[in-house]
Amino acid sequence: MSSACPPSACDTCAVPRGPAQRLGLDVGKADYVVALAGNPNTGKSTVFNRLTGLRQHTGNWPGKTIARAEGGFAYGGKRFKIVDLPGTYSLRSASPDETVAREFILFGKPDVTVVVVDANCLERNLNLALQILQITDRAVLCLNLMDEARANGVEIDARGLSRELGIPVVPCTARSGEGLPQLLAEMHAVASGAFKPSPYRLKLAVPGLREALGRVVARLRARFPGLANAEWIALRLLEGDSAVGEMVSTGTLGSLSADHASQEAAATGTTGAASKEIRA
Amino acid sequence: MRLPVETDPLLREARDLRWQLPRNFNDRLTEAIYAESARIAERTVTRQGTSRRLAFQRRVDRVLTNPWTGFPVMGLLFAIVLWLTIAGANVPSAMIADVLLDKIYPVLRAAALGTLPAWLAGLLVDGMYLATAWVISVMLPPMMIFFPAFTLLEDLGYLPRVAFNLDRLFQKVGAHGKQALTMAMGYGCNAAGVIAARVIDSPRERLIAIVTNNFALCNGRWPTQILIATIFLGAMAPASLTGVVAAGAVFAVALLGFGLSLLCSWVLSRTLLRGEASTFSLELPPYRPPNVLRTLYTSLIDRTLFVLWRAVVFALPAGAVIWLVSNLHAGDHTLAYWAVSGMNPFAVLIGLNGIILLAYIIAIPANEIVVPSVLMLTVLLTGQAGGEHAAGVMFETGDEGVRSLLTGAGWTALTGVCLMIFSLCHNPCSTTLYTIYKETRSFKWTVVSALMPTVIGVVLCALIALVWRTLA
Repeated sequence: MSSACPPSACDTCAVPRGPAQRLGLDVGKADYVVALAGNPNTGKSTVFNRLTGLRQHTGNWPGKTIARAEGGFAYGGKRFKIVDLPGTYSLRSASPDETVAREFILFGKPDVTVVVVDANCLERNLNLALQILQITDRAVLCLNLMDEARANGVEIDARGLSRELGIPVVPCTARSGEGLPQLLAEMHAVASGAFKPSPYRLKLAVPGLREALGRVVARLRARFPGLANAEWIALRLLEGDSAVGEMVSTGTLGSLSADHASQEAAATGTTGAASKEIRA
Repeated sequence: MRLPVETDPLLREARDLRWQLPRNFNDRLTEAIYAESARIAERTVTRQGTSRRLAFQRRVDRVLTNPWTGFPVMGLLFAIVLWLTIAGANVPSAMIADVLLDKIYPVLRAAALGTLPAWLAGLLVDGMYLATAWVISVMLPPMMIFFPAFTLLEDLGYLPRVAFNLDRLFQKVGAHGKQALTMAMGYGCNAAGVIAARVIDSPRERLIAIVTNNFALCNGRWPTQILIATIFLGAMAPASLTGVVAAGAVFAVALLGFGLSLLCSWVLSRTLLRGEASTFSLELPPYRPPNVLRTLYTSLIDRTLFVLWRAVVFALPAGAVIWLVSNLHAGDHTLAYWAVSGMNPFAVLIGLNGIILLAYIIAIPANEIVVPSVLMLTVLLTGQAGGEHAAGVMFETGDEGVRSLLTGAGWTALTGVCLMIFSLCHNPCSTTLYTIYKETRSFKWTVVSALMPTVIGVVLCALIALVWRTLA
């Protein structure tokens, strides 16, 4: 891991290096699915364009990406499908754009989720990152806009941050391409399972919550066998999230996770099936 | 407290369990996330004093978002972009028209008449080629200046400031502040603006934003505004002021559109879509120096050529339709003649003419082809140029040519003004209407979106014509 190993190890390291081959819209058969998440206006679309060679319109204002955009690239002999999600501050509300992001991370079962954060306001951006780490283990933090952070006199201990969060952290400036080779290497390592992050989990330090969660999770598992992220959904139900409640009572939860799973299996072939097993 | 009946046993259990948990556990979880973020940031981030760059950006923001200085700066920037477009588009426009209309057209026409049956030559050259050539010469030059200029402002980070300034106004009329952003998208393309309304959470405010988006002049209508303003209003001023007057006129129409959008939002939020404006947080991103070359490249390739291509795709069949209605006879006259003379009395009442209304009907698929359709119909119906017996057609080049063609057909400054107003206020193009239907899933609101601006446009034009004729 480039953020965690000494430079001398690079010569013998098996992690693929070098530039990615941009595949643009050609995402027919992908080995891995990458989700690109983050707060609005952190440069997700710029990262997306850099990796895929596409020209998804970027704009310097929050809310530019409304629907998700998909593109592809090849790296280390594998084909990646990358999905640019709308920017969100949280996964806890139910606006249309947040729903797109939330449902994809929950049910799209990405092989790696890249959380793009603005290095200039890390604290605020971490709110979303921590929420994403409640849902998935397979995440990489892209510490973007490092050029601005440097100009603003902001210094970030990327290694320390990586230790705190338990996932790889890569300082980047997507606009100039700085840091993207390392980002690719980390994405590849996490997606392929060569590196298994053990992310920081928020402590649910509320008396009685653990027990209550356990009961709802058991109920959910009984009704939707093979449901991923049952604990997170149970938490949302306990918090009274009506959108999630509706997905449970109408049964869309089951079909959503099944749909995405079968889509992914169809799209990624055997690799997709194998990676699903690892997570199950 | 009475609870609604929960039929799903799973949800019922979750709800019962919720009542056993501490009442504020929801807040405690949220607080935990914030506390963790703060703790991690505290340990990993160091800031070296206050940076000069941030201090500078804050000073700039204080001017750009100040209630007193923000609006004048906004208007000034917008007016400068318009003026640049108008002043800069004139020369290339004339050059393209010279090549496509003066040089290529007669050659093509002679060649086609020599080899093809007359009707086919007419359909292909006088219909499809001419419409396409006009679309390119009228639309391409202004788009090549307007889009990059707009995109540069967008990349700089100015749009969120605009939204911030306008938020006060939108809130007053009961609409969502993000409607400023959907309108900004609408200035590019209304269909895109309608989709952009997804950023608004409240269904009520989303509908208001969707229904009123048409008042943001789109890609297809800017060239119409710019051309008509230049040849009818700019021309009335001394030559040195042509650009300024024309830019002022277009600016006024855009401002009128903004005012109408506020007015309609206000009316809707007090009648059909009653409710309070909801709050939201808007992030003001740092100003970022735009990458000028990349911006020029993407706005030329992605927007200019995209829009031009769409215009050409619609112009080809429209050119054929125009040629057909101008040449197919029903009784003693052509179809176009019947349609135009039928609509003419009403059209004249609202300051327009039958040809303009027919052009608007033909141009329902795309606003881009309104002016080319008007020009074609004028040529074919008034027999000023072309026609079946003419050996070749001579066009004067550029704006002056268009001007003499239209004044020859009886246009006055009143026609120009009313056309500009009608171009602002009429039904959205069919693509936008379809998008509205897809986004709202409501036939009723799609019809409202089509009829509301059209009715407003007809009323405004009629009033202007009445006052103009009374005074003149």
